[in-house]
Amino acid sequence: MIEIQHASKTFEQRTGGGFTAIDDVTLTIGRGEFVSLLGPSGCGKSTLLNLVAGFERTTQGSVQVNGQPVTGPGPDRVVVFQEHALFPWLTVLENVAFGLKQKGVGKKERNERAMEQIRTVHLSKFADRYPHELSGGMKQRAAIARALAMDPDILLMDEPFAALDEQTRLILHKELEEIWMKTRKTILFITHNIREAVILSDRVLVMSTRPGRIKKEFAVKAARPRDAADSVLHHVEQAVMEALADELEKVVKEEMGDEYSIKKNDLSNRSADSLGGGI
Amino acid sequence: MLQTLHAFRDGLMDGNLLAATLGSIRRLLISFVISIVVGTTLGFLFARYRLVDDTIGFIVVALQTVPSIAWLPFAIIWFGLNDVAVIFITTLGATWTMALSSRTGIKNIPPIYLRAAQTMGTGTGARMFFQVMVPAAFPHMMTGLRVAWAFAWRALVAGELIAKGAGLGQLLQDGRNLGDTATMLCIVIIIAVLGTISDAYFFKRMEDKLLVRYGLATAGKS
Repeated sequence: MIEIQHASKTFEQRTGGGFTAIDDVTLTIGRGEFVSLLGPSGCGKSTLLNLVAGFERTTQGSVQVNGQPVTGPGPDRVVVFQEHALFPWLTVLENVAFGLKQKGVGKKERNERAMEQIRTVHLSKFADRYPHELSGGMKQRAAIARALAMDPDILLMDEPFAALDEQTRLILHKELEEIWMKTRKTILFITHNIREAVILSDRVLVMSTRPGRIKKEFAVKAARPRDAADSVLHHVEQAVMEALADELEKVVKEEMGDEYSIKKNDLSNRSADSLGGGI
Repeated sequence: MLQTLHAFRDGLMDGNLLAATLGSIRRLLISFVISIVVGTTLGFLFARYRLVDDTIGFIVVALQTVPSIAWLPFAIIWFGLNDVAVIFITTLGATWTMALSSRTGIKNIPPIYLRAAQTMGTGTGARMFFQVMVPAAFPHMMTGLRVAWAFAWRALVAGELIAKGAGLGQLLQDGRNLGDTATMLCIVIIIAVLGTISDAYFFKRMEDKLLVRYGLATAGKS
């Protein structure tokens, strides 16, 4: 159970003044819920996750996990990072067992429990390999196994599949859904991929940029396990896309200048404009 | 050339060459262990606490530019003409390099490792240091170790030239007193060979192994 009440986060800037990453966000995530935060880059979704993880403190408002205010990182809320963050000096097994070791679990037991999680993510054959010997998808599986081995109430996933190729990502979506249905962990999932958010979550929260706020909430009422061809998903996806269009426009304008527009009748996107672009 | 070989044979026969070599290596190892412990601890403090880095860290950078032999006169006054003085300056020679390279190593640890470790409950104390920071900084520290080893050798021989006891430096000095250039050359060669062997067969090998394990270099097989 995650409760965020009127949370704001302002960063001091080098040039002076503050930059408000998130502004007055209130949301509740129930036990066993799978919730995605969706938004363009720079909208503060990672900041929000860092607040829940305890890496950052709120400037205003409060973040509570299971009724306790968050004061720092802890093993009840394990984070799965975009860049896997496996320790390169440990094998997959040692990486997965690392958290258990910190809890003081004996070597034999922690290896058994780690192996169990490694089997869950289908990496048994690679348990004694070092992370650099694995492919991107395998690393991310190992990172998920490492998080699961801690048996946390809450999994915080910060764009975990963003760096993977499409095929691998689709497979991991399926596996994550299976794991979630089996373990019923509370999952807060950060992504900028609309499809990914819709296909995985119970609820999708669309964030607006500058400052980051929760703009709109979509409940995805589709049957589990999810089927990519399910028309409910397509409807939600379409609705999310519309909600996001304004935000994208804002981001693009900020980067390209005011005359740029990605809305209908986009003249600047004629194919003739990019002729010779590959030279 | 032949004389040098003769000197080498004679030295081996009556055992003083071997004794001297072992004596030197013993001092070297003692100093080296001390400097690793002190250097790594200092490096960690520098990386961790800004204040320490700005004050003591600055002094260490300054000290690093002082040749360790410059401390020998002090060492002789403080400890006398004995082993301790030699070990002292050898340690000085290696410690600063060790401190600075482990500082760089720890500062260059990707923050994501520290975050990941914290979510798994390492806290920020000793467990974080030994289980995450030291191994993560290891490739950097390995380089520091090699340089520190070379510095230690130099300081050691220089110190032994002056201080008493059995060591390669003393033998070199004895050779000078006797005008025995053959023995002197023989010792210089021993020093060079020992340095090369220890570097190539120990440090280089360890470094290569580490780099492969950490995925920083490609192994022959993969």
